[in-house]
Formats: sequence, structure tokens, C-alpha cells
Amino acid sequence: PPAHSRSDWIGPPDKHSNLRPIIFYRPPEESRLERRLREARQEAQASNQRFWARHNRTFRQEKEEFIYSRLKAKGLEMRDESGQKATLNAEEMADFYKDFLSKNLKKHLQYNRDWYKRNFRITFLMGQVALMRALRWLRWRKKNVEQ
Amino acid sequence: MSAARRCRPPQALAGLFVWHLRNTGVRQRPCRFMHLYHVANDRLITFQYFNFLKRMYVTQCNKDLSQRAKPKSDSIVSPFHELQQLDQEKKAVNKINPISSPVHHLWSETSSRNKWRELKSTAETEDSGIPVGNESKEDRRWKEMKLRLDDLPGILARLSKIKLTALVVSTTSAGFAMAPVPFELTCFLLASLGTGLASCAANSINQFFEVPFDSNMNRTKNRPLVRGQISPLLAVCFAASCGIPGIALLTLGVNPLTGALGAFNIFLYTCCYTPLKRMSIANTWVGAVVGAIPPVMGWTAATGTLDAGALLLGGILYSWQFPHFNALSWGLREDYSRGGYCMMSVTHPGLCRRVALRHCLALIGLSTLAPVLNITTWTFPIISLPINLYISYLGFRFYKDADRSSSRKLFFCSLWHLPMLLLVMFTCKKSVLEKEDKGDLPRGSHETAMEIRLP
Repeated sequence: PPAHSRSDWIGPPDKHSNLRPIIFYRPPEESRLERRLREARQEAQASNQRFWARHNRTFRQEKEEFIYSRLKAKGLEMRDESGQKATLNAEEMADFYKDFLSKNLKKHLQYNRDWYKRNFRITFLMGQVALMRALRWLRWRKKNVEQ
Repeated sequence: MSAARRCRPPQALAGLFVWHLRNTGVRQRPCRFMHLYHVANDRLITFQYFNFLKRMYVTQCNKDLSQRAKPKSDSIVSPFHELQQLDQEKKAVNKINPISSPVHHLWSETSSRNKWRELKSTAETEDSGIPVGNESKEDRRWKEMKLRLDDLPGILARLSKIKLTALVVSTTSAGFAMAPVPFELTCFLLASLGTGLASCAANSINQFFEVPFDSNMNRTKNRPLVRGQISPLLAVCFAASCGIPGIALLTLGVNPLTGALGAFNIFLYTCCYTPLKRMSIANTWVGAVVGAIPPVMGWTAATGTLDAGALLLGGILYSWQFPHFNALSWGLREDYSRGGYCMMSVTHPGLCRRVALRHCLALIGLSTLAPVLNITTWTFPIISLPINLYISYLGFRFYKDADRSSSRKLFFCSLWHLPMLLLVMFTCKKSVLEKEDKGDLPRGSHETAMEIRLP
């Protein structure tokens, strides 16, 4: 984002976490409330990024391991004669998906609670900031009208 | 596929460059499945040809139909578009996925961590950010998070899942039409509008809750909140500004019972179904109730009471949800598993298929119940028997074969089955005039009252 920009910028999805990173604008006359909001958003972003990057990586790795072990049990190699990667069909993968989901359920429950709390807090702060800005603007307008 | 492999550059290159190229490679996939999508589109159109109740659905097929008729429930909501995409993607994923040497992994991971650290420090110091992915592709560019007023209608439409809302409204109007009272236009319009607003609100709140999960699933990663086109605060305000007037309209303009049902449905969808999706498979049953309530609302809007007919209509929609959703979710198992959604198709596949079959058969039973409750004539179960038997047959095939093709057949069948069933039901509706001969139906003094005559 250009240096003179006065708004936040959002980027393309991250390769690992699929989340879009945001660069937050920090105005020079940032109030305490606005700073709390910005920091909350940054922290949420970082936490989400950590969680999903790790989670997706784990998924990919375990999937590979699963495919490998199954192929080995069948006596096949990872790549066949033409050099294509050998794959398992959907039904065989289903066992893996079921396993993976049940293994990670607790992790997800914890993350859900966390995410909901953060989301509500951030949205509430946004509301407070919006209200504060509206009041500020009204006061400024009143001052201008009086002059 | 070779294009994607070409995109895996030698590891000597910078991590950023790797990431950049991989993403451009990925973009080439859509072109291939778009062709398939158009072919499948035509097929679907012919099914919908004689269906005027669900006219909306036909026009939506021509555009990017990304949701469908499990009213007020988003995980159900994707048609063959997604299945096609998944087919391609599955093949692509298995071939492209560089679970290559651990070195490469570490490399890209470290580089992305570095990138991230740089981004963070940038945010603190307010320097001009690293323009990651500075390409010509619109999607891959950094976008300013500023709301533009002319974009707003489109954004809000996507936020409220306007197409799904339209389908919910049409099931409500089906419920209204089936009620054994003279048709009142004002009441009908108010009920439809109120339901539509309530549905918008519920869908917006749902998207508000699910931002990180949506960004990880292929079907939902282009939603407005995920892309940062709108702030969460605005989404909540929009939801409130739709929901409150909607429910008020229903309560005051129609009747309190409908309003209460509307409010209950919003609550059920946002506070029960959405969190439950990630906690237990019971979410499917809750979601089916969510889908069944709109026609009940239509009925109560017309008659003001919750009688057997309303419950029957609700029951038909409730039963329909299961073959529809279970067949659909069969193809989305990978995304659900990775995203952490507890769905029957992932955790209890046998149950998934059994339930789908069970409810297909239940549809036959419910159709037979309709004339018993004096809603339709006895021609209804007879005419609807072929289509009910057909969907039950497909449900049975799905139960036995448990593979992709049978799940897709069942899903596509469910798409035309419901509109057909409602249409046949409407044409077989027991005439209001007949009833008036027997009992006392209050003749309203509305000039706009129309009387429905049977053929």
C-alpha cells in the first residue's frame, strides 16, 4: 500500500493459512480507543494466521503420510511409470478425513471459543470507535458552524 | 496440470517468487471446469423448464449459482458448480500438492514467516507496505479497505446470500398458497418481504461468525467479509437493520405468530446451527428445521393458526433437506474435514446414507398424508408417487453404492424434485370454494381477495 494512504489494506490469501493479511493504518492522532482496536485486530490476525497455517500444514502432511502408507500396503509406489503421483480414491480418503476430524475436534472447539470471543470484542470496539468518531465529527461541525 | 508443474521453480529461487508462481498456476484451473459447468447448466435448465413456482431458480442457473434451496442454511448451499470444481481440484490437489521434500517445505514456510514478520513490522512503522503479489491479476493485489458506495449493493447482496433468500421466500409463498383461505395480496407481500428481510439478517450474521472458516473452504472463500470488502461492524449493522424491521413487519403487519416464528428461525440459524456445525453432527437436524420453518410461516401468515397443514408442509421440507444435503456433503468431505466441520458424511458415513434414504421414503408417506389432512385431493399422492419413488430409488442407490456418482445423481434429483412436488401439490390443492360450501370461511372485505379455483 502506498505511504500516503489513510486506510487499511487487505492482501491476497496467504499460502498456508488461506487468510488475507491486513495492513492497518495508524493515524498520527490515534486515540487510546482506536489503538486498542487496532491492536486487538492485529493480535487476532496473528493468532488466526498461526492456527490455520499450522493446521493446514498438519493436514497436508498427514494426508501425504496416509496416502503413502496405504499405497505401500497395496504394494504400489508413490509414482507410477509415467511419473504421475499415485492417488487414492475418495472412499479410501474418507477414512483419513474421519480420523483427522475426530483428532482435531478438541483443538477446533478451543479455537472456536477463542475466535468468537475475539470477534465480538473487535466488533464491539469498532462500534465504540465509530460512535466516538461520529461524536467528534458532530462537535467539529458545530464548532465550524459557530465560527 | 503440466502448467502447474512448470510453476514449481527450482528451490534456489526466493520463497516469494515460489509463492507468486504457484498462485498464477492455480488460476488456470478454473478455465477447464467452466466448460463443464456450462454443459451441466444446460442439463439442469431442461429439468426446470416446466417449473414456474421456482422460476427464480431457473434464472439463477444461468449465473453463478452458488447457493440453493436448503433455506437459511449455508453449508447445504452449493450446487453442482462446487462438485465440478471439486472434481477438478481433487485431481489437481493430488498432483500438484508439493508435499515434496521437507526442505522445500521448510523453505517456503520460513520465507512465508519472514514475509509475515516483515508485514507486521511494516504495520507498526507505517512504511509503505511490501506489495506482495504485485501482478495484473485483480484478486492477487493488495486492495484498499475502503467502502465504495456503488459497490455496496453488490456486497450486501452477497452478504445476505440474496439468491438463497429468494428461494426461502418462494418456499414461504408456497406455504401461503397452500393455506385453505382466500388469497390476500397485501398479506402475501408483507409476509414475503418480512421473511426475506429476516433471511437476509440471518445469513449476514452467519457470515459474520464464520470468516476464518469460510476463507479456508473453496466454496466460500469469495465472500465479502472474507475479502475485506466490508467491515464486521457494518455487517452486524446491516443484519440488525434487516432483521428488526423484518420481524416487526411480520409481527405487526401479518400476525404475531409469524413474527415469532421468524425470530425463532433467525435465532435457530445463527445461534444454534452455526456454532453446532463445528461441534456435533446434530447440526444437520437443526438445519433441516431451519429450512422447514419458512413454509410454516407462509401458512400461518395466511391463516393465523398453526394447524396440521402447516406442520405437514414443514415436514415435507424437513424430510427433503436430508437427501439434498447428505448427497451434497458427500463430495465436500475433504473441505469439511480440514475446516473442522462436524458433518455426518465425514464422521458417520453409514448414518449419512441411511438418513438420506429414510427421509426419501418419508416423503412418500408425507405426500400420502396430505389428502388425509384435507390439504389436497387424493390425486396428489398418486401423481407425486413417480417422482417420490424416483428420488427414493436414487436414495437407495446412494445407500448401496456410496460413491460420488450416486451422490451427485441424488443431489441433482433433489434440486428438481422439490419444486415439482410443490407445484403438483399446488395444482392438487383442495378448492377453497368446496370448503365454503361446507363450513364458514370468513369472507374478507378485501377487494384484492382472489379465489383459487381448481382445474
